[in-house]
Amino acid sequence: MTQPSIGVGNSVGARPQKNQAKRPGLLARLRGKRPGILPGFGLSLGFTLTYLSLIVLIPLSAVFLKTASLSATQFWAIVSSPRVVASYKLTYSVSLAGAAIDAVFGFLIAWVLARYSFPGKRIADALVDLPFALPTAVAGIALTSLYAPNGWLGQYLEPHGIHVVFTPLGIVVALSFIGLPFVVRSVQPVIEDLGRDVEEAAASLGANSWQTFTRIIFPAVFPALLTGFTLAFARALGEYGSVVFISGNMPMRTEITPLLIVSKLQQFDVPGATAIASVMLVSSFVLLLVINGLQAGLRGKGEDA
Amino acid sequence: MITAPQTTRRKGSVRAGDAPWVKWPLIALALTFMLVVLVLPLASVFVEAFAKGWQVYLDSIRDPDALSAIRLTLTASGIALTMNLLFGLAAAWAISRFSFKGKNLLISLIDLPLAVSPVVAGLIFVLLFGLHGWFGTWLDDHNIQILFAVPGIVLATIFVTFPFVARELIPFMQAQGTEEEEAALVLGASPWRMFFSITLPNIRWSLLYGVILCSARAMGEFGAVSVVSGHIRGETNTLPLHVEILYNEYNFAAAFAVASLLSLVAVVTLAVKKIIEDKTGRRGEKA
Repeated sequence: MTQPSIGVGNSVGARPQKNQAKRPGLLARLRGKRPGILPGFGLSLGFTLTYLSLIVLIPLSAVFLKTASLSATQFWAIVSSPRVVASYKLTYSVSLAGAAIDAVFGFLIAWVLARYSFPGKRIADALVDLPFALPTAVAGIALTSLYAPNGWLGQYLEPHGIHVVFTPLGIVVALSFIGLPFVVRSVQPVIEDLGRDVEEAAASLGANSWQTFTRIIFPAVFPALLTGFTLAFARALGEYGSVVFISGNMPMRTEITPLLIVSKLQQFDVPGATAIASVMLVSSFVLLLVINGLQAGLRGKGEDA
Repeated sequence: MITAPQTTRRKGSVRAGDAPWVKWPLIALALTFMLVVLVLPLASVFVEAFAKGWQVYLDSIRDPDALSAIRLTLTASGIALTMNLLFGLAAAWAISRFSFKGKNLLISLIDLPLAVSPVVAGLIFVLLFGLHGWFGTWLDDHNIQILFAVPGIVLATIFVTFPFVARELIPFMQAQGTEEEEAALVLGASPWRMFFSITLPNIRWSLLYGVILCSARAMGEFGAVSVVSGHIRGETNTLPLHVEILYNEYNFAAAFAVASLLSLVAVVTLAVKKIIEDKTGRRGEKA
């Protein structure tokens, strides 16, 4: 196999070399140790940075700059008003519940797909990614019609007093749909890569299947499961399309934070929407750091094994 | 530590959970869950779409507003795909072929839009181009409409699909190495010749994979586009927004008819994705 000649790890310690003194510009200083013969560094990096700044960085910074134009008391009044706080609580709890359901069933699905062969496995494997591919609005109306009192599933739930549509439970249903592939796709490769030898060793030392599972397999898969759970949770926090139809959008009861931002915008309350958005952005950036840390930890583990 | 050794053990069933009485119930449970959570919603779209028969289905899709939504969706996702494809190629080339300071930071920044709620993604363009936004007055003076018009929809779509091509290409090209490209240059190929006859053929599957993920998301984007579109029928409605309007008007058969088109795109996406994965032996990627 070909070796990656330039690893990511090299970049941190990269320093300009003396033989590049003929070209002492910014590019030369950014550029690493090896001059190399490949062309297009300036063009590709220049385009990348310009496009990244124009599309992502400058627009995102607008949220924080706009928020900074509010006084601290104004900001606090917006982000801590009862309706907004109720939306945070709801958003966090339904996202946690949805991600927890995904963790349990995502693990099961990943396990079954990775370890067993059965008829229809390839279709099942492809189908796992449906929530990535299906537009969220379509998922939203489909789930709402399924769980409506006269829907395919709702007609069996309603007589038992289980109301899904227009309740927080409905939001959990939508979010667990959206987050499922994150858990399956995080866990599945790890289960596939588990060494047969450690399991055989455990068995030959007298462990039964359950002991092998709880003491050998589950600890090895747990970091990946946690990563998948966090990815599903992070996605759920910002989710909008699949939730609006099933939630009923009642303030204080079934109004998630992204929806609150939209309704503030519809009332032309741009500062209010922006302040809440900045709170959401900060919490999702923190989650992103957590996810990166988890994935770095996972890679470290993978090298040990 | 494991204390109680088993006395009898069948040979061959050393892997946990391999016993048939464990295996088949687990498979049944997993497939039942997938049936309820994934298959039923997909199936219900098509059943509801044809609930009032073929004629209503066809009329809903041939409706002028629906046709204009289809056109807008294809335009916006086409532009977004082209832009993000060029960006993905440039970013992957810079990151995989050269070493420079701040590379890890750049890789993290490229993934940033994935962490942003679609609604916030729409909001940022309101802040830039809205009437009271940074460029609002200037745009108003020059009579340029970005928000509540096609350019805003295109920008929001570009933002939410920003990382899709790049994040497929970067790890693939990093693993690939540079020998073939260097050989082409040493043998006298021009940079563009090297790119089109060496680089592009080598990365074609990875590229296609990123392209289908990017276009599926672009066509289906709802939250971000909903914030910037203004919901003007026949003008700034994309397909998902058209579905929403029909649904909120209790015109369910038409809403699901239009939704069935999007679902069809999703099913084709999954099929193509699976084919590429089988062809290249790659795993499903976290999107």
